[in-house]
Parts: sequence; structure tokens; C-alpha cells
Amino acid sequence: MSLAASVAVARGPMTVGLDVAVADGEVLAVLGPNGAGKSTLLRVLAGLLRPDDGRVVVGTDVWVDVAAGVHLPAHERRLGMVFQDHLLFPHLSVTDNVAFGLRTRGVRRGPARAAAREWLARVGVADLADRRPGQLSGGQAQRAALARALVGDPALLLLDEPLSALDARTRLTVRAELRRHLADYGGSTVLVTHDPVDAMALADRVVVVEEGRVVQAGTPADVSRHPRTDYVARLVGLALLPGTGEGGTVRLEGGGRVAVAEQTAGPVFVAVRPESVALYPSRPDGSPRNVWPARLVAATPHGSTVRCELAGEVPLIADVTATAFAELGLAPGTPVWASVKASEVAVYDR
Amino acid sequence: MRGRREAGVPAPLLVPALLAVAFLVLPLLGLLVRAPWSELWPQLSSPAVGQALRLSLVSATAATLVSVVLGVPLAWVLARSRIRGRSVLRALVTVPLVLPPVVGGVALFLVLGRQGLVGAWLDEAFGLTIPFTTTAVVIAETFVAMPFLVISVEGALRAADARFEDAAATLGADRWTTFRRVTLPLVAPGVAAGAVLCWARALGEFGATITFAGNFPGTTQTMPLAVYLALQRDPQAAVVLSLVLLAVSLATLLLLRDRWLSRAGAAA
Repeated sequence: MSLAASVAVARGPMTVGLDVAVADGEVLAVLGPNGAGKSTLLRVLAGLLRPDDGRVVVGTDVWVDVAAGVHLPAHERRLGMVFQDHLLFPHLSVTDNVAFGLRTRGVRRGPARAAAREWLARVGVADLADRRPGQLSGGQAQRAALARALVGDPALLLLDEPLSALDARTRLTVRAELRRHLADYGGSTVLVTHDPVDAMALADRVVVVEEGRVVQAGTPADVSRHPRTDYVARLVGLALLPGTGEGGTVRLEGGGRVAVAEQTAGPVFVAVRPESVALYPSRPDGSPRNVWPARLVAATPHGSTVRCELAGEVPLIADVTATAFAELGLAPGTPVWASVKASEVAVYDR
Repeated sequence: MRGRREAGVPAPLLVPALLAVAFLVLPLLGLLVRAPWSELWPQLSSPAVGQALRLSLVSATAATLVSVVLGVPLAWVLARSRIRGRSVLRALVTVPLVLPPVVGGVALFLVLGRQGLVGAWLDEAFGLTIPFTTTAVVIAETFVAMPFLVISVEGALRAADARFEDAAATLGADRWTTFRRVTLPLVAPGVAAGAVLCWARALGEFGATITFAGNFPGTTQTMPLAVYLALQRDPQAAVVLSLVLLAVSLATLLLLRDRWLSRAGAAA
């Protein structure tokens, strides 16, 4: 069922004020740094935290309406929640963990366990049904936790950093499986994550939250291509440069000019992908329009390439192959020339 | 090869440490050395000893049951609720830990005695008299021993991850169901350890018992009282009775170590 929530929670000096709406079958990712208020939102939706103001409506049911004094306790909400570190009850078998939610809602032991086993089979851990959670690997436990959240056919599914406790390889497979289960699930899903890959892979829509506010919302593709804050840009690996459009060039706020392929005017963002930046030991010949002197600040291996952070008039990020990195003799402080084709520069209104 | 940490103990620490060990162990050794081993069985099989031992075990067990039934909910309130004056409440609960047991006995007498605040009413309304009965023994032991259980269980509750209770709430469990099906199983090792401590304390109770319950063989004369009395009449018998209590204490300690303390430690 659809979710419409508008939530305000005072947290020390910061006020978390977030509005979200999620349609049936839709997955909304809430992306943001630690302490941005993502988990606060999730705890309010789950009924574990009373907001200072706001409303939470799921389908036609009002779960929270502060003005009207309505606050449905957590255990009366039809929801499923998956936590970062699975939180399977250590004293119960995996089957009894999954059956727990059915038992508390009055299903008899036999049918509850049968339904639990069926769900364990669906998430691919049927053979572990009689084990204790302590005997499961991280990936297996998180699959069982997903089964526990979905077995009661909840109206709302809340995922709190469901993949971040997993190692890189397990994360890949569990993410793919989670994507499949989310596609089959008919209710609304809210996924909280600080990993943009999770948001891109799993969500239909993304809201980016910083310091308790939504700073950007859109489809994953839109958000990753056109970031509006430094945080998002860094997450998706783009250099984000605010400036003012002046026809075919943009005058940057930090000084310097960037030639772009379109005509622009007024306040704009310029975004440059690291792989489109070329580095030269001396000023390149010919007449590329975007060429700037820069200095290497930091370099980190990034897959098969080296990600170079550049300082100068136009701060950029460049990906170069390890071979090129060695040939250029790059070290922190090395002066280089950076160049980008105008057609490779994305420009969009601020 | 793995390096080993320097194992030497400086003399200013070693000497007092050894003295402390001697101080703690020598009296117990003395008890074993001076024990009239040949008279052990005849002494033990005397009806008076059996009576005192049985009364001690029964009353300590009853006091432990009362402490668990009342103390575990109290520990939950101290660890989980957000009621006002919780720190004051905790301080009050721990008073019996530091209070001289005799004072506890006097206090109980003033409240539950025939002329006491509650005792007078009990006497009038139900014809119930508590002092100098086995019930008084159980009450005195509960008063002195329950704080051990409360402190132990509260510690276990604080160490247990409260987010499991959040998870239970999202699975439709109200707070009572959550307590029964999630919280209590999680802190079971702490409850068990607290119960054993509580039982051992109740078993050794002397001051509050003799003040509030008196010293009547068969109804209120527990082992510690019997030991004290025997020491004045028949020192040999006192040694034998002490040995029995020592054996029970050691057995309790072993049980604690093997069964619960190690598991509670692993869970924390």
C-alpha cells in the first residue's frame, strides 16, 4: 500500500524535517551521509520513535497524526523491517525467527512454521531452517531477516542499510536477490542507505538527505548524472562545479571558465566525469578549449585505474590507467595539465 | 615464536597479594584441619542438624523464588523504563546491600511485628502473625538477598542489545510479549547467575533472621544460627555444621563458574 509521510523530529540543534511519498510496489531509496536523519525517518515510520510533528499514512490507515494525537504503536503496524545487522533473535531457530511475526499476530504454531519454511525456501536458505542465527554467515542471516520481514505480507517494508554489514562479494549476490524480491513485493518499500550503488540498483526513486532535509529527489539515473550537492557528486564520482552560464561557456564560482557544448545562462552546475579528464605532463598541442594547469593532491587505486584528485583553478577528479600514471611520473604535488572535451561536460540548471 | 609479556610481579605488589591470599584461605584450611573427621557422620545424622539444614535449604530456595518473581520485573523497570526518580529508586533498592543485616531485622520487626505498621493490621484483619515463624525467615532472607538478584539482572538487561526489542516490536509483539519471548531468554544467564548469588546470600543469612525470626529449632533455626549456637555449647558440632555450609558454598561456586558465569561472560 502507498505511503505518505511528513515527519518532523528535533534532534539536538538539528531538526529532521522530511516528506516522502511511496506508491504501491515502488522502492524509494533515502540516501545520505551518517547523521543526516535517515534512520530517524525509518524509526518514525516503524513506530519506534514519536515525531514532534507530522503525519504517516499507509494506504487509508493513519499511523501517525501528531495534530490529532494519533500514534499507532509499532506492534500494531503492518510492517516488515530489515536491520543492518539482521537482529535475528539468537535464542530461536531460523524457522522460529521467521515464524515470530506470524505467531505474535495469532497464527498457530504449525501453519506459522510452514509459512516460515516456505519463505526460507524463497530466499534460498531452506536448508538452514533448524540452525541458530549464530551459525549463519552474514549473507545467510540477512536473507533470513528478509524472509522474517516479508512473511507477514506487510503493507510497508523498511530496509535499514540492509547490505552494509556484508563483505563486498556477498553484497553483490544478496543485492541481486533483494532486487528480485522487491520486484515481487506489492507494498511500498523505503530503503535507507549511504551506498549509492544500493540506491541505483534497488530503487525506483531516490531522495538525498543531508542535515535533516531533502536536498535532491529524482530517479537514480537523474540523481547520479546531475548531482546537486558535493556529497552526491562525490558519491557518484563526479566533480561538481557551480557557476554562471554565459552562452557557450560557464564562469565558475571558484574562478576559471569551462567551455560547454550547449548554450546556457544563469546559475548552473557543471559536472565532469573522471574518465573524461585527460592528463598531460605539459600543455597539450592543438587547441582544446578546456585545458587547465593543475596539481595532483591525492591518488587512490580505483579498480584498474588510479583516481587522481586535482587542485587548481578548476578542481577535478581524473581516472587514468596505472600505466599512464607511472609514465606521467605522478606524485602528490606534481604539476600537470588537465583537459576535457566540451562535449564531455554536463551542464544543468542550479 | 610469540613474544611473552614480562611476567615478573614487583615485590610491593607481590607481598601484600600473597598475604591477602593467606588471609582468605587459611581460615578455611583451619576448618578442614581441625574437623573431627571420625565424628563427622554421627554429628551429621543427628536430627537437629538435618532439621536445620532442611530449613535452610527450603527457606533460601523460597526466598530466591520470591526474589525472582519480584526482582526481575524490578530490574526491568530500572533498566528499561523511563520513569522519574529511577536513580533514587535504584539507590533505595541497593540499601539492603550495605545495611547491617541486624538493622534490616529490626526494621522488618517494626513494620511486620505484631505492633508494626503493617503487622498490626495483618494481625487484626487476618489473625496473621509473622515474626518468629518460618515465613519470617523467608522474608528476612528475601530482604537481604533480593538486591543481589536485582543488580545482576539489571546489569544483564543493560548489556543486552535493546534493538532486539525494537525488532520484536516491528514483528507485532507488544511489550509484554517482547519481554516474555525475547528479553527474558536473552538475559536468562544473568537471571540464573543472579538467582544463584541470591540463594547463596540467603543461605548464609544470620543477622536479619535472628532479629526478626528468632532462633527456634525446627521453625526458624537455620544453619548459620545453629552454627553460632553450637559454638557456645559444643565446638566440635559447630565445625561440622560449618563444613556442611562450606561444601554447599563451594558447590554453588563451581555450578556458577561452569554453568552460568562463563556463558554470561560469553554473551556479554
